[in-house]
Amino acid sequence: MRSRPSRWRRKRRFRFSGVGSDVMVTPMVRAEAVHKRFGRLEVLRGVDLDVYPREVLCMIGPSGSGKSTFLRCINHLEKIDAGKLYVDGELVGYQQRGDKIYELPDRDVCRKRSEIGMVFQRFNLFPHLTALENVIEAPLRVKKESRADVLARGRQLLERVGLADKVDVYPNQLSGGQQQRVAIARALAMQPKLMLFDEPTSALDPELVGDVLDVMRALAEDGMTMVVVTHEMGFAREVGDALVFMDGGVIVEVGKPREVLANPQHERTKLFLAKVL
Amino acid sequence: MSQATEAVKAVPLRHPWRWVSGVIVLAITGGIVYTIVTAPSLNWNVVWAYLFQDLIFKGVLLTLELTAIAMAIGVGLGVVLAVMRLSPNPVVSSVSWFYIWFFRGTPVLVQIFFWYNLNAVLPHIGIGIPFTHIGLQASTNTLISPLLAVILGLGLNEAAYMAEIVRAGIISVEHGQTEAAQALGMRRLLVMRRIVLPQAMRVIIPPTGNETISMLKTSSLAFIAAVPELFTRSEQIASANFDIIELLFVASAWYLAMTSILTLGQYYVERYYARGSQRELPPTPLQRFRRVLFTFHAQPPVPLEAEAPLSIQRRG
Repeated sequence: MRSRPSRWRRKRRFRFSGVGSDVMVTPMVRAEAVHKRFGRLEVLRGVDLDVYPREVLCMIGPSGSGKSTFLRCINHLEKIDAGKLYVDGELVGYQQRGDKIYELPDRDVCRKRSEIGMVFQRFNLFPHLTALENVIEAPLRVKKESRADVLARGRQLLERVGLADKVDVYPNQLSGGQQQRVAIARALAMQPKLMLFDEPTSALDPELVGDVLDVMRALAEDGMTMVVVTHEMGFAREVGDALVFMDGGVIVEVGKPREVLANPQHERTKLFLAKVL
Repeated sequence: MSQATEAVKAVPLRHPWRWVSGVIVLAITGGIVYTIVTAPSLNWNVVWAYLFQDLIFKGVLLTLELTAIAMAIGVGLGVVLAVMRLSPNPVVSSVSWFYIWFFRGTPVLVQIFFWYNLNAVLPHIGIGIPFTHIGLQASTNTLISPLLAVILGLGLNEAAYMAEIVRAGIISVEHGQTEAAQALGMRRLLVMRRIVLPQAMRVIIPPTGNETISMLKTSSLAFIAAVPELFTRSEQIASANFDIIELLFVASAWYLAMTSILTLGQYYVERYYARGSQRELPPTPLQRFRRVLFTFHAQPPVPLEAEAPLSIQRRG
């Protein structure tokens, strides 16, 4: 393993003793002292974190704690100001050659983004395209796959999220929950190695949350590596392999979801959970 | 009978002042029309004779042609300029800024005149490699015909205005759309072309229709380059037979007819780009006309009858 063993990594080794200790596994996401500023506001103040392949990491914390910003740094929608951030062993947005770090050209940034799926709080479906067109757009234009393949896979994905009958429907004719499931299918169509979820159920009516969480749960069972910013403690407890509590731009507490939720170690975590649970 | 489902039967509110004002407007309009129609110096036979005359007809076609080409240049170049203006590359965005500043800052009449008289400044235009004799050269007069001068003047000027319209449209698209597209790995120009511009169309179309209608009439500035479009034709005829007002009537009638058709066309284009943003498309003018007629005749709409079978069932 690399240097700087964080508290988190020790816990991981304990959990996956068969994998973590003997075999070298490249983390899917590795953050080392990641800092991010917006003007004079420091949003991330040194985040250290590892997410291993096939792992589901849930992030909770009060709004403004930096969870979403961290997520957006992972696919370089935001540039980090200090620290190092790796996805699948490669720096995000930069390239290391010798001692120096070079900024990556736009082309490479986009190629790397195409390997990471992202689901937004406000869905952000393309309103001028039907559900199927939303799903096939990127594989068709970015990966330049054949239309027949992409169409078949697109239909299959929409079926998988339970929307086989909504293929030709425009987003505004779908409910929020249906839109979010199309958004998940759209991200999956790029066959990503990592999925980022930015509060995927926060904009939904309570009765529609379940359908979206079911899709995410199925995805986790299929072995997708996922980082999920969420307020759904039930989901975090049942599906998450690890739970991170963030506050004030740092990770306050990290551990197994059940343990963190049932027996938080830090005062700040206790206060937050007392309000939320 | 179930009392709750009974339709409201109220005496409709009367609007006497609408009738009064309507009558007054009709009277004034009638007066103006009567004055013009019976004006002793106005020869209606001349108007009718020239309305569908061959030369005028050719002028109409050339006006449409000029408008179409100038708008095509305007829209095409305008989109390019708008995308350039929003580029992160400072050179590219400055070039666009300068273009818009210059072409919007000088009168279109001056610009047409400039292209028309270009040969006074540059008798020859050519492209070639500097400090060598390799290249092509042509006389400005043969290269830039009066028609081309007008097209360049109108089109390049229009591009500056269209650039700002397109830019407003692009900015109006929610930023989350760009982010979602970027997260899928789409590059800037692809995001523009496939995601942002199609959505911006809804904002771009109405002012573009406006610009097209405006261009239809601005094309009459071709008069100064003696390009024989509608206005030039009617002026030429008028200068020969001195029926100035009659021919202005003829030209106006054609301009009005063309703008009316464009207005209708604009409506349907807007309707097309509204798909996906509205759950139900707005009615076409024909549908709306029918609806007005229908509601005018059938005073209380039908909920009472629609409810009837249900209440019978409930009783049984």
